[in-house]
Order: sequence, then C-alpha cells, then structure tokens
Amino acid sequence: MSILNIFNQVEISHYIYLSTVLFAIGLFGVLFRRNAIILLMCIELMLNAVNLLFTAFSSYMGDADGQIFVFFIMVVAAAEAAVGLAILVLVYRNTRKTDVSFLDQLKG
Amino acid sequence: MLTLMIFLPLVGFVINGTLGRFLPKAISGWLGTAAVFGSFIIALMSFMDLTGDTTMPERIYTKLFTFLHVGNFHVDFAFQFDRLSAVMTLIITGIGTLIHMYSIAYMHEDDGFYKFFAYLNLFIFNMLVLVLGSNYLMLFFGWEGVGLCSYLLIGFWYKNASYGKAARKAFIMNRIGDLGLLMGLFLIYDTYGTFEYQDVFRLVFVGSVESNAVNTAIALLLFIGAMGKSAQIPLYTWLPDAMAGPTPVSALIHAATMVTAGIYLVIRSEAIYALSPIAREVVMWIGLATSIMAALIGLKQNDIKKVLAYSTVSQLGLMFIALGCGAYTAALFHVITHAFFKALLFLGSGSVIHGMHHEQDIRHMGGLRKKMPLTYITFLIGTLAITGFPFLSGFFSKDEILVSAFAHNKLVFALALISAGITGFYMFRMFFVTFHGTYRNSHHAYDKVHESPLLMTLPLLVLAVLSVVGGAVNLPHYLGEGISGILHHTLSYDGGGKFSPILMYPEHMPEIEHTTEWLLLAMAVSVFVIAFLYTRNKYVTQAAVPESDEAQAGMGKVLANKFYVDEAYDTAFVSPIEAAGDVVGTYVDDKGVKGLVDGFGSGSNFISRLLSKIQNGNIEYYLVYMVIGVALLLAFNLF
Repeated sequence: MSILNIFNQVEISHYIYLSTVLFAIGLFGVLFRRNAIILLMCIELMLNAVNLLFTAFSSYMGDADGQIFVFFIMVVAAAEAAVGLAILVLVYRNTRKTDVSFLDQLKG
Repeated sequence: MLTLMIFLPLVGFVINGTLGRFLPKAISGWLGTAAVFGSFIIALMSFMDLTGDTTMPERIYTKLFTFLHVGNFHVDFAFQFDRLSAVMTLIITGIGTLIHMYSIAYMHEDDGFYKFFAYLNLFIFNMLVLVLGSNYLMLFFGWEGVGLCSYLLIGFWYKNASYGKAARKAFIMNRIGDLGLLMGLFLIYDTYGTFEYQDVFRLVFVGSVESNAVNTAIALLLFIGAMGKSAQIPLYTWLPDAMAGPTPVSALIHAATMVTAGIYLVIRSEAIYALSPIAREVVMWIGLATSIMAALIGLKQNDIKKVLAYSTVSQLGLMFIALGCGAYTAALFHVITHAFFKALLFLGSGSVIHGMHHEQDIRHMGGLRKKMPLTYITFLIGTLAITGFPFLSGFFSKDEILVSAFAHNKLVFALALISAGITGFYMFRMFFVTFHGTYRNSHHAYDKVHESPLLMTLPLLVLAVLSVVGGAVNLPHYLGEGISGILHHTLSYDGGGKFSPILMYPEHMPEIEHTTEWLLLAMAVSVFVIAFLYTRNKYVTQAAVPESDEAQAGMGKVLANKFYVDEAYDTAFVSPIEAAGDVVGTYVDDKGVKGLVDGFGSGSNFISRLLSKIQNGNIEYYLVYMVIGVALLLAFNLF
C-alpha cells in the first residue's frame, strides 16, 4: 500500500477540520499578537491552511485545478513574505521595535 | 417675409443688447429704430398683399418648428398674419417707429441708452409674437414677454427705489391676471383639445360641447387675463404707477400697444364670447365701472403723466364697453385712434417734461404756449381728438362705441356718455393749466424752458396728422356708404364665403333711427362743449390753479387719493401677506426649516465624530473589523 493510498483513505472531513483549525489558529494569531514577525507567520499559516484544503479537495474530486491554485498561492505568499519582511526590517530600523501597535499613524 | 417682420426687432435687441455698449449712441438708436421701421414696411406690404388681392387666402401662415410635442399634445411655433393681426401689427410697428425716433432725442443724455433701445426692440418683438401667433400658446408667450419688458422699462431708472417698486407692482398685478389667462388656456385645451385658433373656433362654432357653461368659464378666465394687461378694475392700479418709466415707454407700452393686448385677446376670441352673453355683460359692466372711476380720479391728478395714465385706463374701459356690447369693430377702431392720440399726448407731455427739465407737476407749469409752439399745437390736437371734437378721430370712434352702447342698453349709454364727458373736463383742465396762464415754477427760469429738438417734434407732427385723419379707417355710414366702415369690412371680410372671417358671427351695425343717431351725436358734442367752456372759464378766464395737496377736501380729496384703492389693497392684501410672511419667516423658516437643516448638519457631525473613533490607526482593530465583516457576510450567505 503506497503512501498515496493512505492519504486517500483519510476522509475528506478530517482535512476540513484540520485546515479549519489551522486557519483559526492563524487568524487569531493575526488578531491578537503584536509582534510583526509572528503576524507574518500567522498569515503564512492561514494561507497554508487554505492550500491544504485545496489539495485535499483536488485529490478528492480527481481534478488538478486546485493544485495549480496552490502553486499560485505559494508564489504570491513568497512574494508577500519578502515584501512584508522588507517592510519589517525598515520599521525595525526606524523604531527599534517589531510591535505593530506602535504604528497608529493612520488614525482618523 | 412674416418671419423677417417678427425677427427684425429681435435682431435689433440682440445687437443692441450685446454690442450696444461699444456702439456710439446715434448708431445704436437708429439701429433700433430701423429694425422696427423695417418691420413696419414689411407689415405694410403684407397688408397690401392680403387685402388687395381677392384670391389671397384669409391668412398668411408660417410654421417655424414644432414647439412642443408630448403624446397627443402638439403645439407649433407658428405665425399667422390675418386682417386682425395686420391691423395690430401696423399700429405696433408704425407707432413703435415714431416712438423709437423720439426716444433717440429724449434719452440722449442717459447712460443706459443702448439698453433702452434693446428693451424697446425686445418689447416690439414680444408684442408681434402676441398678435401674430397662430395659437393661444404663442399668444401667452408674447403676453409674458411684454409683461417682462414692461417690468424692465418701468424700472429702467433702477437706482430710484420707488421706480423699482412700481415695476414690481406692475409685474405682480399682471401675474394675477396671467393666472386667469393660463387657467383659461388650460380649460380651452381640456375642452377642445387644441390651442390653434382656427381649430378652436371651428369647434366652438359647430358647438362641439354640450354645455355652454364651459364657454362662459373660458370667456371669463380670459377676461381676467385681459383685466390685468389692459388695466381694468380690480387690476388697474399698476398702470398709473407705471408712469415711473421714461415717457416714451409710457407712450409705447402703457398707452398705444401693450395695454391693448387685452382688447386683442377678446376680439380674437370672439367666437367664444359670442356664445356667452353673461361673460359679455361682465366685460361691459367692468369696462363701464373702470371707465367712470378712472375718469373721476383723473379730474384731480396734478402729475401730467398721471392724468394721461388715468385717461388711458378710462379709454380702455370704453373699449371694453364696446366689446361687451358685441361691437368688436368699434372697440378695435377706438384702439387705433386711441393709439394715435394717446401716443401723441404722451410724447407731447414728454416734450413738456423735457423742456421743463424734468418737472412733471402741472401746478408748476403754465404759459408754455409761447415757449413751445409746436408742442402746444400738437398737444391741442391730441386733446381735441381725445375729448371728441367733431370730425377728429376720437369723435368717430367714441361715437361708435356710444351708439352701440345705446343700442344695447340705455343706462350703459348714459353712464358711458358721462365718462366720455369727464374726459373733456380732465383733459382740458390739464391742457389749460399747462399751456395757458402764467409761468409758476420757481426752480427754473422761464427763459430756460425750451422747445424740443426736431427729432422729438417730428413724431408729434406725424401723430397729430394721424389723430386728425385717423377716423378715416372707419367712418360712420351717414358720411356716405362708399367711404365708410373700412375697418368693419376688413374684419367681416369672408372672401365671398370661401373662408371664415375674423368675426365668426356677422356683426350688425346697430339699427337705430337717423333722428336718434343725430340726437346722440348732438349729445356727445354738447357734452364736449360744456366741458370745454367750463374748464376754459375756470382755468383761463379766472386763471385758477389746482389746489395743493393739503387744501384738498371732501370729494376732491377722495379723488386726489384715487378712491384710496391702493390703501385698500395695502390693507386687504399686501399687509396681511407681509404679516403672514413675517410669521412664516420667524417660525417656519427660522425655527422650523433652519432648525431641521441645522439638525441634519450637527447630527451628521455628531455621528461622524462617533464613527471616527473606530479609525484609531491600530491595524489589529482593522483586522478584527474585517474578520467580523467577512463572518457577517458568510453568515448572511449561509442562512
């Protein structure tokens, strides 16, 4: 029994539960943590939760479209992480902090 | 040709209105005059075409474009030149030309010279639209246009606040009449489904409505419009105040042309009035009351232009008496002769005012006969014409009205005769006090009084000749069948039965015996003689001067104060409206509307302050909002 078959034997609902939990962890991390690095990591976590769901459904439906989307998302996520970290470096240089609550210049 | 005739004055208006300030006065003045004179020439040629050739149709018709087309509602921007319009057009442009010419000299010192001519041209254009339109909506268009020009010209010297008030008064009083006219038009459309004169009158003639009451209602509503424009009780008080405008304006608008619009409207709608004896009775009695009342007031006025203004109101009353009696030709005849001699008298009074350096009170004049011989002679002719000196134009036209009144109702005749008699009293009073006796003005030396320039006296001479021979357009039958009743034949001409004439119902000359007619003539002449002798004795032989305002007593005081009509209107309408305006202003506007509007302002200010707290600059809050929003959207979609 190959490893692929093992994945196929796990029911689709378990994938959904797993990715939901991962997404929720990422979401609450974004909402309640102040450290910008952790924020970026949490965003990454949310994106990967979605990726997991895409591949799970792709395999379940026998349709490769979902996996193509995953590649796109990974590319975008990499770009986003690069830009985000670059901003973070600049913020750190200016403020000596990585705490985003300090950045409230957009106050109305 | 018809289009050119109507739009020439508009071209004059546009040129003077836009480029006028850059043009020298002579050019802008003569340009305005030439525009009107061009219209007159074209009108004269068209009139010759229309009447000279028996193969011509009953009217020259030009449709420029479709004015309005909404569903079944269709109105053309179209003109028709028929015999009635032709007569009116000739008066408007003919007398208009003379008055334009006169204005070049009269207004030569005025800064708004070009503006004055622009307004005059615009007025002529609107008046032509009024009389030449081929449907009631075109008439209304011109009707409002002349109202506007009247406002502009009365308030021409706008720096004087009281002149501005007079202009507004004229405008507002006319608006009241216009409302009646407008309702009349709506009723016409509602009943007959069209505004075209020909279609309406054909439908009226064949009796397409079951109840005649609607015709009476239309006739009465149209007459309310005529009351406003032609200054009849109760809407006449604007006309004497309109004397605030420059004198040529008084001559052109408030004597010769605009005020006859009401008469034109009634003659034009003859088919409707013919079906409604009630409406005609109303027209007649209101005309009669106006005529007598205005004549009485005229007896005690001391402003030379006010006397003429009340005289105009009184003469218009006489015309409405004729209309009420169904004597449409007599009314139009009096419109024509009145246009001649009243324009003459107004321009003459303008000449006096000009020569007297803007003095208008006849008590400060006197003895002007020697200083202003031309003005004196022409003014005398005008006075004789209006008072009914035998064989001058006013004699014939007034006599025709009196004869038709006699044939209709003896009481009306008697009262109209009294009114005509009073004309003699106030006109000769003014004439003698102004031109005879001794000079009584302390402000300007007698030597400084001068005759007016030729440009002003020339129109006076032309009008004087017309006032003498103007009766020729409709001589009475006793002077011979061949030459008499030209105007009557013009209006009743039906092309040998080929088409419908202006007057749908043939107008019969009143059937009265010759002896009776001579008796009526004798009465009219004797009234004239009495007036002449009485005033001559009082103001020339005894050299009496009208008493000062304070010395007035009894009936004289009532008359000098114009029956307190203005005061009554003030108490009855103006003050309550102003009081109501104050109440509305304080409570509804200041507290209500202003409070509401301010409330919206401060309310949204408050809410925005509250909401701006949300935008605190913390990203994680924004994220929370976003997540809540997405969650709500999801929830909304799921359930």
